[in-house]
Amino acid sequence: MRETILAILEKNSKIDVADLAAMLGESEAAVANEIAEMEKEHIICGYHTLINWDKTGEEKVSALIEVKVTPQRGNGFDMIAERIYNYSEVHAVYLMSGGFDLTVMIEGKTLKEVAFFVANKLATLDSVISTSTHFVLKKYKDHGTILNVTQNDERMLVTP
Amino acid sequence: MRNPLSDKVVGIQPSGIRKFFDIVSEMKDAISLGVGEPDFDTPWSIREEGIYSLEKGRTYYTSNAGLSELRTEICNYLNRRYGLNYNPDGETLVTVGGSEAIDLAFRAMLNPGDEVIIPQPSYVSYLPCAVLADATPVMINLKEENEFRLTPEELLAAITPKTKILVFPFPNNPTGAIMPKEELEKIAQICIDKDIFVVSDEIYSELTYGGERHCSIASIPGMTDRTIVINGFSKSHAMTGWRLGYACGPAPIIKQMLKIHQFAIMCAPTNSQYAAVEALRHCDENIEHMRDEYDQRRRFMLTRLRGMGLKCFEPFGAFYIFPNIAEFGMTSDEFAMRFLKEYKVAVVPGTAFGECGEGFLRMSYASSLSNLKTAMERLEEFINTLR
Repeated sequence: MRETILAILEKNSKIDVADLAAMLGESEAAVANEIAEMEKEHIICGYHTLINWDKTGEEKVSALIEVKVTPQRGNGFDMIAERIYNYSEVHAVYLMSGGFDLTVMIEGKTLKEVAFFVANKLATLDSVISTSTHFVLKKYKDHGTILNVTQNDERMLVTP
Repeated sequence: MRNPLSDKVVGIQPSGIRKFFDIVSEMKDAISLGVGEPDFDTPWSIREEGIYSLEKGRTYYTSNAGLSELRTEICNYLNRRYGLNYNPDGETLVTVGGSEAIDLAFRAMLNPGDEVIIPQPSYVSYLPCAVLADATPVMINLKEENEFRLTPEELLAAITPKTKILVFPFPNNPTGAIMPKEELEKIAQICIDKDIFVVSDEIYSELTYGGERHCSIASIPGMTDRTIVINGFSKSHAMTGWRLGYACGPAPIIKQMLKIHQFAIMCAPTNSQYAAVEALRHCDENIEHMRDEYDQRRRFMLTRLRGMGLKCFEPFGAFYIFPNIAEFGMTSDEFAMRFLKEYKVAVVPGTAFGECGEGFLRMSYASSLSNLKTAMERLEEFINTLR
């Protein structure tokens, strides 16, 4: 049941527990309980909203930064990752395989703000060897959702 | 001027669904649970293969029976999913949707006066196709208390010395009924004993729920030689508009079906055939994904319908649910019409699929959860005013 609940919630966190229970053929109480358990276990870490900020008046700049770091004896990458992810400007930090070590996703109000954050905060950390900043110009698809399309049901209304 | 028309064709009733379609089309904001096709788009990799085939200039006829590589993939697929063994050459024919295959099978096998047994409620084209093939349709009225499965007793009662074909429409449109293997075996035994052929319409074969996988009647020992299996890509791969289906069966029958197909159709659309090769090679996972979603909606519908006190058997196939509305003292037609006009939700009266569909409605859950939810809220309001 857990995996199915998660798969549904991942796409629609606003779904009613009653509907969810009906879809699973389970009781509402059982489903609510399972969700509460998963929240407690931090399997469910939060409920967010996917927003296409481009359509609002709000100016936002996001960037993906490739960071090369020196891992520390005993801690690997965890310590340096922690130093980075604690900044509120940082939206995501992933440890990567391949040509660099960490992907850091940053959001700021202006290009300048993001660039300064990288220059002043990120690049100056002791373990950081190099950074390479890529600004996002347009988001086509995010979290499995194609932005900027409205789905129209073009099927004929009644067919055998 | 002489009458330009064929009496036989004029005598065929137009589909009961047509009338509904015309009315629904007039209504701007109606929610439709009347759609008999998936609400998913064709998986992208399949669409892309269709685009590539056009880019490469594959815009010519294929062989009459269909692309050799597609026929090979069809046979691989039928073997992988249902344990059926067919030869891509001679026993497999690619058609323009499953519906063409139904027509071909009837025309290739029936002589005037032969009887075709059609269990109802079922898809709208068996009866007219049987009539067009100069055969006599014999209806079996399937019963709600049997969960709309075909019982050996019902079949035996319908068989006469003239019976040649049994149409076997499972998983069923409109009821959502399936036939479990044990019951198939009994039906198969009767067909063997009485020397009857089976046209098995398995277009919904990928859409079965509750852990029970579809079992093809052709896989029952002794049945391969007397069964035409009809299937296609419309429901399994959400490819209705591509118009692609197929028939597999004994070589002598397929040979005659191919003859009609060759003269009437030439070949199925080339573009669709290339796309379908991709569908069969790499898209089993897409099928599972769509089935899981339908299954969630199926349970949602069943819970809601039963929750509002409607009598409704649990369907384990296709994407339809078939609640009983006889308690309201209206015909299916009246109920559906009032529900449409007063609550703006389109459902199809059970009678569109045979007279024995009276007292039932077909609701398709190939629609978004939010649509289903709104439709169920309105249905509850409606029946509360009736009680």
